[in-house]
Amino acid sequence: MHMSDALVSPLVAASAWAASSVVSVLSARALKRDPDDRRVPLMGVLGAFVFAAQMVNFTIPGTGSSGHLGGGLLLAILLGPPAAFLVMVSVLTVQALFFADGGLLALGCNIFNLGFFPSFVAFPLVFLPLAGQRPSRSRLALAAVLASVVGLQLGAFAVVLETRLSGLSSLPFGTFLLLMQPIHLAIGVVEGLVTAAAVIFVRDARPDLVPFGQATSPLAFRPIGRLGGNVLLTAALLAGVVSWFASGKPDGLEWSIDHAQHQGGVRPPESALHSFFSGLQSRTGILSDGTERASESWPAVSPRGSLAGLAGAGLTLGLAILIGFGIRAVRRGASSNPARSLE
Amino acid sequence: MTRGHSLGTSVAHLDEYASAETPIGRIDPRAKLLTTIAFLVAVASFGRYQVLSLVPLALYPIALIALGDVPSGSLLWRLLLVSPFALLIGAFNPLLDHTPLGTFGPVHVTGGWASFASIMLRFVLSVSAALLLVATTGFDAVCAALARLGVPRILVVQLLFMHRYLFVLVEEVSRTSRAFALRSPDRSRPSMRVAGTLLGQILLRTLERAQRVHSAMICRGFDGEVRLRRELRWRAADTAFVACWSAFFLLVRSHDLTRWLGTAISGAIG
Amino acid sequence: MSHHLVAFEDVTFAYPDGTAALRGVSFRIHHGESVGLVGANGAGKSTLLLHLPGILLPSSGHVRVGDWPVTAKTLPQVRRSLGMVFQDPDDQLFMPTVGDDVAFGPLNLGLPSDEVEARVAGALERVGATHLRQRPPYKLSGGEKRAAAIASVLSMSPDILVMDEPSANLDPASRRRLIALLRSFEHTKIVATHDLDLVQDVCTRTIVLRDGRVAADGPTAEVLGDDALLGGCHLERPLRMQGCPRCGPRK
Repeated sequence: MHMSDALVSPLVAASAWAASSVVSVLSARALKRDPDDRRVPLMGVLGAFVFAAQMVNFTIPGTGSSGHLGGGLLLAILLGPPAAFLVMVSVLTVQALFFADGGLLALGCNIFNLGFFPSFVAFPLVFLPLAGQRPSRSRLALAAVLASVVGLQLGAFAVVLETRLSGLSSLPFGTFLLLMQPIHLAIGVVEGLVTAAAVIFVRDARPDLVPFGQATSPLAFRPIGRLGGNVLLTAALLAGVVSWFASGKPDGLEWSIDHAQHQGGVRPPESALHSFFSGLQSRTGILSDGTERASESWPAVSPRGSLAGLAGAGLTLGLAILIGFGIRAVRRGASSNPARSLE
Repeated sequence: MTRGHSLGTSVAHLDEYASAETPIGRIDPRAKLLTTIAFLVAVASFGRYQVLSLVPLALYPIALIALGDVPSGSLLWRLLLVSPFALLIGAFNPLLDHTPLGTFGPVHVTGGWASFASIMLRFVLSVSAALLLVATTGFDAVCAALARLGVPRILVVQLLFMHRYLFVLVEEVSRTSRAFALRSPDRSRPSMRVAGTLLGQILLRTLERAQRVHSAMICRGFDGEVRLRRELRWRAADTAFVACWSAFFLLVRSHDLTRWLGTAISGAIG
Repeated sequence: MSHHLVAFEDVTFAYPDGTAALRGVSFRIHHGESVGLVGANGAGKSTLLLHLPGILLPSSGHVRVGDWPVTAKTLPQVRRSLGMVFQDPDDQLFMPTVGDDVAFGPLNLGLPSDEVEARVAGALERVGATHLRQRPPYKLSGGEKRAAAIASVLSMSPDILVMDEPSANLDPASRRRLIALLRSFEHTKIVATHDLDLVQDVCTRTIVLRDGRVAADGPTAEVLGDDALLGGCHLERPLRMQGCPRCGPRK
């Protein structure tokens, strides 16, 4: 499930961006230390594969709904964690840019939820220990299902957490969690089975292409070792910073309930950093997390004020569109050559 | 699967509009990337109940459409295609948040409706900004900008390679899915088992393709590093582009232009 | 003349799963020769081609390209003197634009940038694709893709051109243009194909492969006129050498 621009606050977005960037840079460095010229085309084509494979929707038994491949676990099995992570980064970036799946601001969250968890947590900590070096079909399927469930549960939980910390949605934490986790349990089982089926199919047809049981395979199944440790440590550190930050800010929903009932709510603990940022925020508004007073944002509560607001909005939009048409008309008039043809 | 197919073809079309012949096309891709980021931060920085004061920000996408010769119809269509996650989650707000905010005559506006409208507006603004970045710049140039702004080379090369083979793979998946659909007319989707085999087959062909591409690369002296020549020149116009838009975003953020215009017009009328 | 020669000496090759693809192949190709490599599906054509740039190394026997024996150590030199055009242009055109693809080889050779520029412009002009330079490969037609793929190896100034099924998926007009282009090259040429009419137009010599062995090797006109040989190899005479369906078989 893609996290969306519309649901994320700048602070949460920035933290997730920072975490994802650190992991990307560490992954890129890990690949650089371990060069293999086969990897460039392999990663590129597999990225395109994951993208295209997500078009295939299959039936989830018993539910009547459908799911598609996430791809993170499959990539990790074929490429190893750092390369799989970078491929997911590329897939999610293209989805954000071309299809606005999620959007650019939420891209950091999506990379973390859909890239980090499957490649750096589910694969090395669940799949690898369970599958071992030469897994039988059933063992491979079991490992894939469990790893995929763990990856998706973590991802879904992160979506809930990020949405909650951003404070734009009014969904209570528990309800949202109950909405997300069970669905992703079903999706996880199915995705695991489909991943296993695809890997087994390729292993049977061209054992030389799948790294299992080949001591010489250079592309995957490296022990994650230092890199994995580094990445996990950084992630934990960032998560700590983010949650400390987030707990220092009143949540949007708590605030609105608090506001509506005119009672004193839970005040955030003050800290030097927090007061610095709230100072910065009051000056620039850039770090707003959606907690300002509703009466300041919405035009005055009097009907006349509201009408003025609406009229202003209409006028602004009209003006903007008019400027757009104006620019177009001026440019058409100015250019002597006919408009570019789009072949 | 029709959605998938239209996705595939729409990838091909989005950056077709990118051309160096429009005023926006001439702006350095780095400048457009930075401005897009500033715009997104500006949009996200508005509070959950703010709807009307967000409206002036629409000037940015509208100006890009006009200056970049982007067909607005296809952009709108694309906005509608987008996954409805935000709409779904946002739709809970009116049900859950009954904070009274104001009235328009007989209509009472609650915080839930205001925040829902705010979520929708943010969604339209930020999504169109991302789409317009690609539509006016082209993916290739966006990647060049990323490389120059310090994104690891491996990742930039990965983005370019993946984008290159997107069309090939989407076509391959469409062909395979069509073959499935033709032989199972009473099922709209493949079962899990069939999906596994179907994807396995495509994965197999993908891995073989990776091998062939690698052969083609090493035949031309590939040594692990992809050398790309891209010349980007930052001119005064680019600085002005970033500066003017950033100033505009700050202005919209710090002054409620909507209310100001609204008050002015209602003052003039009555 | 000793260089620009391609030689196979009793080459055998078996894939890791044990399938024997080449079972003792020997031939010599001299400077400026134009050789068609024909044979049924699975006869070993593609495997043989992959031995030229050393993507596959023989299980036994030797391959020589130009002045170099093809071994793991000589690969850079071998690949520099050999231009390989693969069957599917989508595998060959992997860069964002045609221009990038044509520049890929020269940049890997470490040439200075004005030399790269000259090579790119020259190669594109040679195949008549100068106007395609800024275009991404996925927007090209089949014929344009083929031309771009050829330009991408010409820019490395190879002595020997190797092509796998160059006329596959081309419409008749593009195919005709390709034939004219190939005839205009003075390089040593090796063309693996099922398109025997193309062989007849482009190649002076033809090598027929059957089950991993050389079944025939001789002047094109002779080889392609031998019905018994062709029939045994799952091939048939080029259409032009077959009799007119109305006037009866030609003798």
